[in-house]
Amino acid sequence: MASVEIRNVVKRYGALEVVHGVSAEIADGEFVALVGPSGCGKSTLLRMIAGLEEISDGAVVIGGDIVNEVAPKDRNISMVFQNYALYPHMTVAENMAFALRLARLPKDEQKKKVGEAATMLGLEGLLDRYPGQLSGGQRQRVAMGRAIVRRPEVFLFDEPLSNLDAKLRVQMRAEIKGLHQRLRTTSIYVTHDQIEAMTMADRIVVMRDGNVEQIGTPLELFDNPRNLFVASFIGSPSMNFIKGEVVNGTFRAPGGVIIPAVNLAHGGPAVAGIRPNKLQIGATGPSAEVLIVEPTGDETHLLVELGGTQLAMLLRDRISLAPGDRIDLAFASADVHFFDGQSTLRLGRGDAL
Amino acid sequence: MSSKRPQPYFSRSQVTLVRGLWMMVTAILAFMTLFPLLWMVSIAFKPAAESFSSNLIPQSPTFDNFIYVLTAVPFIRYMANSFLVSATVTIVALFFHTMAGYALARLRFPGREVLFLSIFSTFLVSLPVIIVPLFVIVKAMGMLNSYAGLIIPAIFNAFGIFLLRQYYLSLPKEIEEAARIDGAGYWRIYWSVILPLSRPIMSALAILFFLANWNSFLWPLTITSDPNLWVVQLGIANFKSQYSASWNYMMAASTIVAIPTLILFVIFQRQIMDSLKTSGLK
Repeated sequence: MASVEIRNVVKRYGALEVVHGVSAEIADGEFVALVGPSGCGKSTLLRMIAGLEEISDGAVVIGGDIVNEVAPKDRNISMVFQNYALYPHMTVAENMAFALRLARLPKDEQKKKVGEAATMLGLEGLLDRYPGQLSGGQRQRVAMGRAIVRRPEVFLFDEPLSNLDAKLRVQMRAEIKGLHQRLRTTSIYVTHDQIEAMTMADRIVVMRDGNVEQIGTPLELFDNPRNLFVASFIGSPSMNFIKGEVVNGTFRAPGGVIIPAVNLAHGGPAVAGIRPNKLQIGATGPSAEVLIVEPTGDETHLLVELGGTQLAMLLRDRISLAPGDRIDLAFASADVHFFDGQSTLRLGRGDAL
Repeated sequence: MSSKRPQPYFSRSQVTLVRGLWMMVTAILAFMTLFPLLWMVSIAFKPAAESFSSNLIPQSPTFDNFIYVLTAVPFIRYMANSFLVSATVTIVALFFHTMAGYALARLRFPGREVLFLSIFSTFLVSLPVIIVPLFVIVKAMGMLNSYAGLIIPAIFNAFGIFLLRQYYLSLPKEIEEAARIDGAGYWRIYWSVILPLSRPIMSALAILFFLANWNSFLWPLTITSDPNLWVVQLGIANFKSQYSASWNYMMAASTIVAIPTLILFVIFQRQIMDSLKTSGLK
């Protein structure tokens, strides 16, 4: 087991800089997710940790040693790829034993280790099959088995579940999490799916355009997003934003939105953010027009329009509404996050009433 | 308004007609390809007097031509020479071509594209163009009238390198990256991952190389004067003298020579078709 430290890591392709001095510390045994929209540099960062990409500037430290110049095989890591990257001409057992074979481990020991990993992942019956004869979920499991047999100090996952269908993804998510709880190996998990990050990770690193936007536990990011981007990225359905202005401790926006925000020192353009499940139908309040009604069984999703802004609502009960109806919106001002209209940084919450 | 629904596509009878036309075209093409082959076999079974008659079925079929070809001339020796040369060229060429193709597809080094383009551009030059300088070089290296002279110049060929490079470019990079993380170096990746993965394209190339060398005529003619080193195509050509040609013997010899290639083709036709498809269309 080892900790991983990323110190001011920069990646340049010629003149183009794609990762701009990213720093993060990952403790021994921790499960950290790197999350962000595509093109944010998260995969590049992971590949630099793996040693598949050169580090243009800064340092990657694994277990206390700078590994910038160390070959991937000597970094004591293993990686699970998005497309599994199994060797098609080798059986499952051979795939899993390849690294051990290269390390010149005795045959019986190879067999023992492969057997252990196979048992852990439920692959015992498939050891003689070829990857082409396996389903997507089984291939994913083999790829994980190949990573496990080496007993590395760090696991790197590069969007391992994005080729699976939705149901299998949820199942594998739980399996990877269970595996981590058993093995307690430091893990770095890249995904663009914030739900995966929220449900699996101890801590999340949110990235955008080659920069770290925020690092924190899932609930920290959810409750105290540092800026508009993190607020919009974390949470599903994503947070509603209303553009307006703060004047003398009160936020005002078109459509009759008035939210007391006395504790804000800020004045000027601001954005109020409220999560869809915090918006309710009230008796009085800003009046909004219903655009779309989506019953899901347990919940009802609404899309409403208020003063030119579309807002999503997530209601716990079944509601009989039709497009074109008007409803009054109610919410607690303490559930409202305020962001600076210019810098997009978070200012604070509305007043608790 | 018309009572009939407009037909956006061909009617069934039109489809049948078009299909019938295509079948006819393919039948004509197949006939044009097969007829010379049939005639070759036919003449091979005819006695010398009959060899210019136009009937396809020999009136008095005979094995004499085959017996003559196999006994009166060292034709077995020519076949052995051809086989040795073709097999050696194929094996050695595949070994070097896979390495070159892999290096050109994956290793990053300065001048890689220039190197590839210069190899690729040798496609534009056919053997007769370079045969004199090639002869001079081979002579200077003392390889006239030797197996080395037959084999070594035939190994270098842009086609295999090009095809393999394109194939390696299409392989997912992650497989090699996984191998790197598993602890494999370049050589190990090439040997344990890349080579096994290129088995289908290698078998197709093997057939193409073997056939090309089995059928090669001009270079062996240039480089060998010693009859002990002759390959089959020279043997066949030798039945033709300046003023007369023993067509019945030539055809019998050609039939014998065609047999190994036919066998190869029957066994590997799927790979050959696949390789032609992938190299041509994708």
